[in-house]
Amino acid sequence: MTLTTDAAATPAAETRQPILQARNLVKTYGRVVGLDGVSLDLYPGEVLAIIGDNGAGKSTLIKCLTGAEVADEGEILLDGKPVHFKRPQDAHLAGIETVYQTLAVSPALDVASNLFLGREERRKGILGSVFRMVDKKGMRKKARQQLADLGITTLQDVTVPVENLSGGQRQAVAVARAAAFGSKVVVLDEPTAALGVRESNQVLQLVKNLRDRGIPVILISHNMPHVFEVADRIHIQRLGKCATTITPQSHSMTDAVAIMTGARKA
Amino acid sequence: MSQSTQQVPATTGPHDLAEEFLDRTTPLSRLRNVLHRYPALSPAIVLVFAVIVFGLLNERFLNPANLSLITQQVAVVGTLAIAQTLIILTAGIDLSVGAVMVLAMMITAQVTVQTGIPAILGLLLGLVVGLAAGAFNGFLVTKLRLPPFIVTLGTLNIFLALTLLYTAGATVRGGDMPDLLTWSGTTFNIGGVNFTTGVLMMLVLYFVIAFILNNTSWGRHVYAVGDDKEAARLAGIRVNRVLMSVYLAAGAILAIGAWIQIGRSNAASPNASGDLNLDSITAVVIGGTSLFGGRGTVWGTLLGALIVGVFRNGLSLAGLDVLWQTFAVGVLIIVAVSVDQWIRKVRK
Ligand SMILES: Nc1ncnc2c1ncn2[C@@H]1O[C@H](COP(=O)(O)OP(=O)(O)OP(=O)(O)O)[C@@H](O)[C@H]1O
Ligand SMILES: [Mg+2]
Repeated sequence: MTLTTDAAATPAAETRQPILQARNLVKTYGRVVGLDGVSLDLYPGEVLAIIGDNGAGKSTLIKCLTGAEVADEGEILLDGKPVHFKRPQDAHLAGIETVYQTLAVSPALDVASNLFLGREERRKGILGSVFRMVDKKGMRKKARQQLADLGITTLQDVTVPVENLSGGQRQAVAVARAAAFGSKVVVLDEPTAALGVRESNQVLQLVKNLRDRGIPVILISHNMPHVFEVADRIHIQRLGKCATTITPQSHSMTDAVAIMTGARKA
Repeated sequence: MSQSTQQVPATTGPHDLAEEFLDRTTPLSRLRNVLHRYPALSPAIVLVFAVIVFGLLNERFLNPANLSLITQQVAVVGTLAIAQTLIILTAGIDLSVGAVMVLAMMITAQVTVQTGIPAILGLLLGLVVGLAAGAFNGFLVTKLRLPPFIVTLGTLNIFLALTLLYTAGATVRGGDMPDLLTWSGTTFNIGGVNFTTGVLMMLVLYFVIAFILNNTSWGRHVYAVGDDKEAARLAGIRVNRVLMSVYLAAGAILAIGAWIQIGRSNAASPNASGDLNLDSITAVVIGGTSLFGGRGTVWGTLLGALIVGVFRNGLSLAGLDVLWQTFAVGVLIIVAVSVDQWIRKVRK
C-alpha cells in the first residue's frame, strides 16, 4: 500500500466533464417521497460526500445511481451519455461498485465467495470452459491479497462463512469487494458505521487511494470529521432534496450541520 | 499466526480458523460449530448409528439382499429429493414433486405404448413434461411472486387431476412397454449386492448435482439466493433467472425420477405419487438442509433418504407395525429440525 498523503485535489473541477451525473431524480415509495428532484455531479478524481439526516434520501439517491432502484423520473448520465440501469449488474458492468448500507453479503457463503459473488472466476482450460468449474483456489488467493491490500489483518481465513464474522469484519468484506472491482466509480454508503478507529482510518485511506488512482468516490457518512477529512465537495441532502453543495474550505462543520438540520438556510 | 501463501482448504488445515474463531469454551458449542460447518455430518452419524443398531437387532438386516432392497426402496424418493433439495436451498418448497413425476411417467408410458413411438422419444417427452411443469411452477414463483408453498400446493392438485383425467385411472403394465422404459429396473451385481440401474441413475444424479452446486457459479448463486435474496440481487445476481433455472432443473430431475419409478414397480400407475411429495421433503430435512434456504447439501439429502429407508426396513424386520415406522419418521423429522435450529444458533 502506498502511503501517499493526499495531494490537495483540484476544487476547480467544474470545467471538466463529470463522470456521473444525475438530473432531477424523483423516487417515491407509495406515498413516501424518497427523492424529490435531486441532481448530482461527480467529477473525475474527486471524493463527493453526501450528508443528511436519517431519512433524508441519501441511500435512495445512491440506489438510483447504482441500479439497485430505478428512479421514477429524471435521468442519469455516465460520461455524458444517458444510461438506464435496471439492475445492480448493469452498474457493475459500467464499472460502478457500491457498498450498500445493508452490506449485501451472503451470510452462509465464505469470505472469498462473497468477494467474487456474481463474477466468479473460472478455472483455466477444459475444466472451466466445459465443466464450468470456478477457480476456488485462485479466488481465495486473490481474496487474501485484496484484504491484505486494504490492511485488513483481522480476517485471515477467507474460507470462514461471513455469518461468523463481526459486523465490522463484514463491512470490511463489502468494502474490499467494491474497491477491488470498482474501475470507474466507487460508492460507499456509511462504510465505517460498524468499524473501529483503526479500521475506519483504513477505509478513509482507501478512499484517498482510490481518488489518487483517479477513481471518484461517493461517500455517505454521518461522521463529520471523516467527511471533512476526505471530501472535496459535500452534497447536503435534506428532506428528499439537495439543500446545497459545499466544500470543506467554504464551510465549517457547524455550518454543514446547521444546513443539514435546517437550522440555517443554505 | 503464520501467513502461509499456499494455504489448503480448511478441511485439512491443522488449525481450523473458523472453529478457532467461534466460541470454543464448551465441548457442546464446539460440537455445534462443527455440525454447523458440515451440515451432512449429523445425518451421517445417525445413519451409521441406525445401521449398527438394526444390524444388532436382527442379523437379516445386514444381509446383502436386504441392503439391496433398501437401496431400491430409496431410489425414487431419493431422486425426487434431489429436486426438492435444490428448491429448498432457494428457501422454497415443492409440494408437487410426486405429482410432476407421475404426470411425466404416465405421459411417457401411455404415449409410447399407444402410438408405438421409439422409447427414447417417449422418455424425451417425459423430460419435456417435467420441464414444462417446472417452468409453470417457476413462472408463478418468479413472475407472479407467489410463495412457493402456495404455488406448488395448487399445482400438486392440478397435475394430479391432469394425470387422472389423461389416464382415466388406468395403469400401464411393464410387460407392455418397450425394454428401455423398464431398463431402470434391471439388476446387476457388485460384490454380492444387487443394484438396479435405477439406483445407479440416482447415484449419478447425486454426483452431478453435488458437483454443480459445489463447483459452478450457478451453484453458488443458488445458495446466495436462498440465503438472502436482496443481498444476492445487490451483488449482481439475476435472482429470478436463478430461481427459474432451479425449477427447470427440478423438473428435469423429476422426469428421470419417473423413469426410475417405472423400473422400480415394473408399471406406470397414476396412483404412484402417494406419499412421495412429503417423503422427499422428509429426506431433505433429515439430511440437514435448512428450510430457511441457503444451507445444506445434496449428500445430506441422500443420507436423509437412506435414514428413512433404513428405519422403515429395520423396524419392519423387527416385526413392528407399519404405523410405528411412520411414527419413527415423524420423530426423526422433529429431531432433525430441532438440531438444525440449535446448530443455527451459532450466531444471532
Ligand atoms: N424500500 C422502501 N420502502 C418504503 N419507503 C422507503 C424505502 N426506502 C426508503 N424509503 C423512505 O425513503 C426515505 C429516504 O430513505 P433513505 O433510506 O434514502 O434515507 P437515508 O438518508 O439513507 O437515511 P439513513 O441515514 O437513516 O440511512 C425515508 O423516508 C424512507 O422511509
Ligand atoms: Mg441510508
